[in-house]
Amino acid sequence: MLDRSFFEKADEFIAAHGKGKESLIPIMQDIQAEYRYIPPELLTYVAKNIGITEAKAYSVATFYENFSFDSKGKYVIKVCDGTACHVRKSTLILERLRKELGLSEKKNTTDDMMFTVETVSCLGACGLAPVMTVNDVVHPAMTPDKVSETIKKIKEDEA
Amino acid sequence: MEYMTIDGIKVPIEDEKNILSLIRKAGIDIPTFCYHSDLSIYGACRMCMVEDDRGRMFASCSEQPRPGMVIHTNTKKLQQYRKLIIELLLSAHCRDCTTCTKNGMCELQSLAYRVGVHAVRFTNNKEELPIDMSSNCIVRDPNKCILCGDCVRTCSENQGIGAIDFAHRGSKMQITPAFGANLCDTDCVGCGQCAVVCPTAAISIRTNVTEVWDAIEDPKKRVVAQIAPAVRIAVGDKFGLPKGVNAMGKLVKALRIMGFDEVYDTNFGADLTVMEESKEFAERLKSGENLPLFTSCCPAWVKFCENRYPEFTKNISTCRSPMSMFSPVIKEYFAEKDKEEGKETYNVAIMPCTAKKAEILRTDNCTGDRQDTDIVITTQEIIRMIRQVGIKFENLESEACDMPFSMASGGASIFGITGGVTEAVLRYMSPEKDHTAIENIKYSGIRGKAGFKEASVTFGDRTLNIAVVHGLKNASDLIEDIKAGKAHYDFVEVMACRRGCILGGGQPVPMGPATRTARMDGIYQVDQLSSIRYTDENPLIDHIWNDIIKGREHELLHRNM
Repeated sequence: MLDRSFFEKADEFIAAHGKGKESLIPIMQDIQAEYRYIPPELLTYVAKNIGITEAKAYSVATFYENFSFDSKGKYVIKVCDGTACHVRKSTLILERLRKELGLSEKKNTTDDMMFTVETVSCLGACGLAPVMTVNDVVHPAMTPDKVSETIKKIKEDEA
Repeated sequence: MEYMTIDGIKVPIEDEKNILSLIRKAGIDIPTFCYHSDLSIYGACRMCMVEDDRGRMFASCSEQPRPGMVIHTNTKKLQQYRKLIIELLLSAHCRDCTTCTKNGMCELQSLAYRVGVHAVRFTNNKEELPIDMSSNCIVRDPNKCILCGDCVRTCSENQGIGAIDFAHRGSKMQITPAFGANLCDTDCVGCGQCAVVCPTAAISIRTNVTEVWDAIEDPKKRVVAQIAPAVRIAVGDKFGLPKGVNAMGKLVKALRIMGFDEVYDTNFGADLTVMEESKEFAERLKSGENLPLFTSCCPAWVKFCENRYPEFTKNISTCRSPMSMFSPVIKEYFAEKDKEEGKETYNVAIMPCTAKKAEILRTDNCTGDRQDTDIVITTQEIIRMIRQVGIKFENLESEACDMPFSMASGGASIFGITGGVTEAVLRYMSPEKDHTAIENIKYSGIRGKAGFKEASVTFGDRTLNIAVVHGLKNASDLIEDIKAGKAHYDFVEVMACRRGCILGGGQPVPMGPATRTARMDGIYQVDQLSSIRYTDENPLIDHIWNDIIKGREHELLHRNM
């Protein structure tokens, strides 16, 4: 069961955007900005309050790759796999990241909730390929070794 | 009159909203998966593509007819186009046709044959998804889904429920309840209208045929069938009888051949309902409490009201449905004989309805611990059973039901159509019992296909305001109006399925415009030809009341709350 504060926060977002069905996406964006994911119960709650079915809200939420129902780590790392990054060997970047953190395609968040690794289709920084972002900070022209360094640095900062 | 040209045929444009309707009017059976005239236009399946005289292609369902247009529905290009679409659909489809419940009735199967897809070049690399068997009414098999969205639109547009919707995107898209939940954990009411429109077996009726055969085989069981009003005018559909013809006599004969011990008419149960519901209505009118009285015959509606408007459940009649009133009466009737013969009476209800499968399991429909109706099978399932036996249904002689539950009023026979319950109750309550009274009630405004109907009927010094709705979206609009104080009624009849049980979730498909009209006419015909039109004229009622019910109305005929 979700803490009451979550629902109060959702009420705030609903009040800010209005109770129409057109508010669904902005509300979901706010929730995700706040918690880095959308707790499923909260989506149900929002759907009910803005007058759409739970199935419809789920439909919209799953259409966009950006919305997530799984809670994410403190550091969300997005590896670009758009065309430019892909041809400049973004796969190796992803492989190294997963190896360093013990993650896979199925499991993308570490057990200590520190890191989440995702792929994105294009970050719009093709000139800097291959690119990855750590909590929206762009890391350009990545190599597998630079990945290891970055992870090491974050872990040291956290220690 | 303005015209357009379809495959060289000049077709007059009347008030058709799209070219597709004109093509069908021209007598060309253009294929579709996602087009249903009473749903919004979706334009997803691309089966109804046509080509104009400049070689442009477009979907005829979503294009307005314009005078002078010249189109072709079956050019070489279109043939190849359709064939490729079907091939692609099949490539991501479970192709175990021979063991599929929809085998022989599947629109994908028949279209694949029709357009001539003999091989599929692409491998199916879709992950196999689990089958949802959680509902007592319907089964959802996502592996057979072609994403036409008919179920989604039916559930939200006609029924106002929206239990399922599209989820995910691209090749990962599927139709599912929110968060991939099971149907039993959603607001699904089991009306089965999604199964009606589903072209494949992605949503199908949960079948209980095996249980019925097992019971028939069991010498310890007295297997009693009851046949709902709407079944008789639809069962002949699949045996080449004209649409809407009353095949009750043949069905009774078929059931006897199959080995049912007794065959009764649910119309008798409907007469019981008329008695009890009228009494309840009169009491509520007197006390002024819990008005409007909502009817309770439709289990999908009852569940919908409980889910969505719990504050109105006290307005729902406490009466059980005709089926659920009739079953305990049958069990009481045989109680002694069962004891003597060491048997157990097993009630099989043959219904046009999928939601009835869930209704029988509700504790408020049980007498004590006893489940009164043991199993429900739909019209579609009884058709399958008749075929299993190999009975030539169309050639059967007609027989009558068994006594003492074979006689019923005409009022009871129209329970299967929207407005019918109301009409029967009004006939019972009417102080005048002649032909003119019947005609007055008939033309009061409660008949017809409009989704929302209103009528005012005056008996003595009291004018009754009545509303009749079918389709749960219409029901929910009406309740919103009542809540807002915009509408005031004494009696409200609700049926979940459009036009009532005649187009129920368990009825044979397809149910196009011609079938709909034929079934409406067919069911009114049963009433017209009844010598007894009023429930209170049914001579068996007194006998049942005095010898079986004996003052136990509340235990046997009402929902125990």
